[in-house]
Amino acid sequence: MRVADNPNALARFLIAPALIYIGAVIGIPFILSLWFSVSDVTVSSAAGRFVGLENFRSALGDPSFRRALRNTFLFAIVSQVIVIVLATTLAVALQKNFRGKWVVRLLILLPWVAPVSLGSIGWLWILDSIYSVINYGLYHWVHVCGPEPGMNSCPVWLGQPSLAMASIIGVQVWRTLPLATVINLGGLSSIPQDIHDAASIDGAGFFRTMFQITLPLVLPILLVAVLFGFVFAFTDMIVVWVLTRGGPYDMTQVLASLAFFKGIDGGDLAGASAVALFLFPVLAAAAILLLRLARRAEVI
Amino acid sequence: MSARETGGKIAHRGLIALFSIFAAFPFAWMLITTFKKTNDLLNPNRWIGNTVFVGVVVVIITLLLAVPAGYALARLSGTFGEQLGIGIFLTYLVPPTILFIPLAKVVSTLHLQDNLWALVLTYPSFTIPFCTWLMMGFFKAIPKDIEEAAMVDGMSRLGAFVRVILPMSVAGLLTVVIFTFTLVMQEFVYGLTFINSGRNFTVSVGVPSFLVRGDVYFWGSLMGACFIASVPIAFLYNLFVDRFIAGFTVGAVKG
Repeated sequence: MRVADNPNALARFLIAPALIYIGAVIGIPFILSLWFSVSDVTVSSAAGRFVGLENFRSALGDPSFRRALRNTFLFAIVSQVIVIVLATTLAVALQKNFRGKWVVRLLILLPWVAPVSLGSIGWLWILDSIYSVINYGLYHWVHVCGPEPGMNSCPVWLGQPSLAMASIIGVQVWRTLPLATVINLGGLSSIPQDIHDAASIDGAGFFRTMFQITLPLVLPILLVAVLFGFVFAFTDMIVVWVLTRGGPYDMTQVLASLAFFKGIDGGDLAGASAVALFLFPVLAAAAILLLRLARRAEVI
Repeated sequence: MSARETGGKIAHRGLIALFSIFAAFPFAWMLITTFKKTNDLLNPNRWIGNTVFVGVVVVIITLLLAVPAGYALARLSGTFGEQLGIGIFLTYLVPPTILFIPLAKVVSTLHLQDNLWALVLTYPSFTIPFCTWLMMGFFKAIPKDIEEAAMVDGMSRLGAFVRVILPMSVAGLLTVVIFTFTLVMQEFVYGLTFINSGRNFTVSVGVPSFLVRGDVYFWGSLMGACFIASVPIAFLYNLFVDRFIAGFTVGAVKG
């Protein structure tokens, strides 16, 4: 039988190129990164020496690493908690039909569709130390801070560690909100109308329907959205790179950006691989959870 | 209309307006605060050209590899195929930030440092898994009878796939093209790592690397261009959003 007719041979023939490509650009680098993390390889050295767990040990002993680890969790968890609340609110609001809904959906998708680095520049400008439009508003309209004597000086959004962290989290919320909203909307629209009708006949109000019927039904899908958002936030460095470069004084560094500055700017490929690999256990856990959720949701 | 209903309606509109402003404000602000571009060394048009070049080649690679793989996963294998499909989807979760360090070494070994082909070769690492998964869902929705009828008419299975199924799948292929192109336009980490010189940057790396240098902001037409370029893509996303959700929720939401 020819390959074109034999189902199994054909399947292998059709799927092999994709598998080989993925193996070459994901599998091999991943194995390399495992090797790098236990070696002393640098950008300029041809091949490294085996050094055991030395890189991991020195990473754990480094205060800026420990801070980055803490920041990564803070950044991912806080941003996604805010995203859940906002995305659910927005998805419920968008479920209703109203004039101009289409345009609103378009606007809301923009932060996700436009290159993140460009959107972040818009925020950089908004949060700038001199030209901040927020501070302009606080001074001219609300009169709570400003350059006049007797007034508090306005916040330096990206220059004070806690404000810088809050700013980065805020921009991450801005950028991942569309994805979570859209996934949520999909979940909401898959609830049959009869359920809502039955609830309203039984006299359930808006909030009762929301918390006792709608939310429990969309929960699996909501969790899928959250997990994706968490994975993206956990492994991301774009917002940090554009807004603060990890500063002031490494106070807003996350694992991914620390690995970048160490490995690419600093040339320490071994140390950077060790730092980046700290992302892996959390990713693996998220993947397992995601699959379980997907299975359960499919059963429903 | 009762007062309560009117109040609800106002609250609803207010909420929608608030979210719309939150989403669009940074873009609007970029357009408002347009400054004259004074640096002639930078050529943003070149960055746009680079982005389009990388985007087009990556779209071609992705179509050639992900579409057949998606078909094979949808049709020709049982439980093993399903597990393989999940495996491919999981590779989408492996972030560039774990792979960029070893890849930097690979790229420099291949002498592709500061070369757009480094991006062309690495970007399919995230476009192929996602698009294979998308196409798998798409092909599953096409009834099997269609190929079987074509095969009864004397076509081979491969022939039925190429001449009957593919022409029916234009919407799916278009989705792949849009998502691949958007992912390429968005990518930042590999671009920042593999490319060193200003002339080879893509838009998403070139703009933040150069236009913010030394706390002097050069905005100009590029920002407007980027914003305007994003709108049609948001438009297309809006049309294809259901398929996009299906891709992300591992088929948990049925459209």
